[in-house]
Amino acid sequence: MELRLENLTKIFTNKTGTDTTAVDDLSITIDSGTLVGLLGPSGCGKSTTLFMIAGLLKPTRGKIFFGEDDVTKLAPEKRGIGLVFQNYALYPHMTVYKNIMFPLENMDVPRDEAIQRVKEMADLVGIGTMLDRKPAQLSGGQQQRVAIARALVKKPRVLLLDEPLSNLDARLRLQMREEIKRIQRETGITTVFVTHDQEEAMSISDKMVVLNFGVEQQYSAPQEMYNTPANLFVAKFLGNPPINSFEADVKDGAVIFNDQKFMQFKEVKDGSYIIGIRPEHFRVAEKDSKDKIKVDIKEIFHVGRDTMIHFELNGQNIRALVDSDSVGDNDKSVELTCKRKRLYVFDKDTGKVINHG
Amino acid sequence: MASLIKNIKSSFRKMTTSIKTFFWDMRRAFNARKKKIGAYLDKKNLNLATKFPGWARALIYLSPALIVLSVFTFWPIINSFRLMLYEGYNMSNNTITGYTIFGNFIKVINDESFLFAASHTEGTAVMNTLIIVFISVPVSIFLSLFISVALNGIKPLKGFFQTIYFLPYVTNTIAIGLVIAYMFKADGGLVNELFGLGKFSWVEQGAEYWRSMFVLIFYATWGTLAFKIMVFLTSIQGIDKQYYQAAAIDATPRRRIFSRITVPLISPMIFYILVTSVIGAFKIYNQIVALFGVTGRPAGANYTMQSIVMYIYQYIDGGGNNLSIAAAGSLILFGIILVLTLVQMQASKKRVHY
Ligand SMILES: Nc1ncnc2c1ncn2[C@@H]1O[C@H](COP(=O)(O)OP(=O)(O)O)[C@@H](O)[C@H]1O
Ligand SMILES: [Mg+2]
Repeated sequence: MELRLENLTKIFTNKTGTDTTAVDDLSITIDSGTLVGLLGPSGCGKSTTLFMIAGLLKPTRGKIFFGEDDVTKLAPEKRGIGLVFQNYALYPHMTVYKNIMFPLENMDVPRDEAIQRVKEMADLVGIGTMLDRKPAQLSGGQQQRVAIARALVKKPRVLLLDEPLSNLDARLRLQMREEIKRIQRETGITTVFVTHDQEEAMSISDKMVVLNFGVEQQYSAPQEMYNTPANLFVAKFLGNPPINSFEADVKDGAVIFNDQKFMQFKEVKDGSYIIGIRPEHFRVAEKDSKDKIKVDIKEIFHVGRDTMIHFELNGQNIRALVDSDSVGDNDKSVELTCKRKRLYVFDKDTGKVINHG
Repeated sequence: MASLIKNIKSSFRKMTTSIKTFFWDMRRAFNARKKKIGAYLDKKNLNLATKFPGWARALIYLSPALIVLSVFTFWPIINSFRLMLYEGYNMSNNTITGYTIFGNFIKVINDESFLFAASHTEGTAVMNTLIIVFISVPVSIFLSLFISVALNGIKPLKGFFQTIYFLPYVTNTIAIGLVIAYMFKADGGLVNELFGLGKFSWVEQGAEYWRSMFVLIFYATWGTLAFKIMVFLTSIQGIDKQYYQAAAIDATPRRRIFSRITVPLISPMIFYILVTSVIGAFKIYNQIVALFGVTGRPAGANYTMQSIVMYIYQYIDGGGNNLSIAAAGSLILFGIILVLTLVQMQASKKRVHY
């Protein structure tokens, strides 16, 4: 089922009367059966957005549609959603079996079918052998599976996950990430996945939304967002190691690096801009390459297949990740280049990208 | 005016700063002294932690409490056992005529005002107490649970309502008893006026046994609500909101949220309240005296509202051989409470979720 947010806004007013705009005019459409990652730094309004979709918070403005139904004013219990909380919120006094059964007890389901569904769901998430245990007797990863099973067992129209992996250790996180993706594919349920971890969002999402201070920054497929960020915030938020960003002038359409002309961008007016280049988008220039810049190597690190070079551009420390074979250990300088479309020119004030669509 | 307030504020701030600094320095001095004394004790090989074995240290630390408990609790208990075994005890010259094991118990149990009432009267100490315990305890627990949930649900005037419900706790039992007696007065009492019952006698001359009992239970229940509500409300407020959000998303009706989430999650507290209020109700005394006087009998009534504790007091008053009867009565009360508490603990194993 398609999920649509229209101008969704949430303003919290605290006791002293000051307003916090947690979500600001958010409009996105989530296609049926897709998994959308809601990504942003802590406090940017991810949980608030999710709780508004769930109905636990009332939007200050805007509308929420499930398919054609306007559910903005609908009580949470009538929305048919499954929600996995950040710390799972499993009922501590109930066994795994009873936890998963709980949502069905409130529905009009025959007992046999309910038991059947609990068993199936437990098997799907891989906890079929632990039904008699209490949540406290489970590891974090197992608790998380129970929480997903409890959310899915009532066959919700939408599945919402609030930073479900943030309490797990690194290895388990990787494993559960794939697990969630598999369960989502198998059930084909429209899913919103909240996370502050860009790598997690990139690896799990069909599409992702980046929020900052409650404002939507970009909404697109992960790789597309990575390659064509809409603004400096998105460019900086995605990628590890982070993107290099530094000031540079554009003169006669050419970007000036260390007083040399680098690349020609006809569409960019003369002026001062922020340039962004991801470390891995640099490469050592071929002999006949015309857009290249010679830099002095300050430091050089070998990291397996790649080599990390540190150097300066316009007085800023820059990192480049290049093929190990292309630089020698004793090289004092190197000629670097990058693909035209991988050099981003951002407006200095608004942070908007200038040289893409 | 504004500058005056500013002055007061700044001098107030200075004062608090100097007080805080004072305590900070005190703590530093104290710690330094403690270190010095510790080093000295270590040198002289007098350190408590290393010189004495664990059990001896435990005894030393517990000794203040143990001494107080011995004087005021353990010694009297041993004494009641001793008194219970005496026959014909004479307090003034401290003589006895002999020893008995069950004699005093039999006297107590055969007493018409203790267990089984004589044909022409109603109510005995044990029956009255049991009725009060088995009605007022469950009723007050259910009521206080519902009231706490309701109080937790309201936002405006929350503090105000909490204060109202807490008032009985800080008010003198006897004073409340007088107010209750006044409320249930036959002539012009609030209850009779409110329900248009005329000169219906509740606790005065002509009141039947069950009317008196009703008023007493009403009072005993209401008087203990405050503490229970406070305990339940605090525990309910300590429950993670997410459980309720999860339940809301799963379309859980209100009564199921209450019975399947709230109650199990505060079940340790409910159990604590159950055990302590059963014990408390068994020891009921004040409320009866407040309503019916030390005789525990409304004027002209052919029944008694006495409780077990009142029965015991009555014999303590007598002195001499009566003390043995009082001792036997206390041991019976002790036995009943012990058995009931053990039963509750056994029953709780399945129902209480820690
Ligand atoms: N109940 C609330 N009352 C007031 N402010 C809130 C409330 N909930 C969240 N906020 C504020 O809204 C902003 C977004 O919060 P949240 O959605 O929880 O962020 P996150 O992206 O980390 O999940 C934060 O600045 C937070 O302080
Ligand atoms: Mg959050």
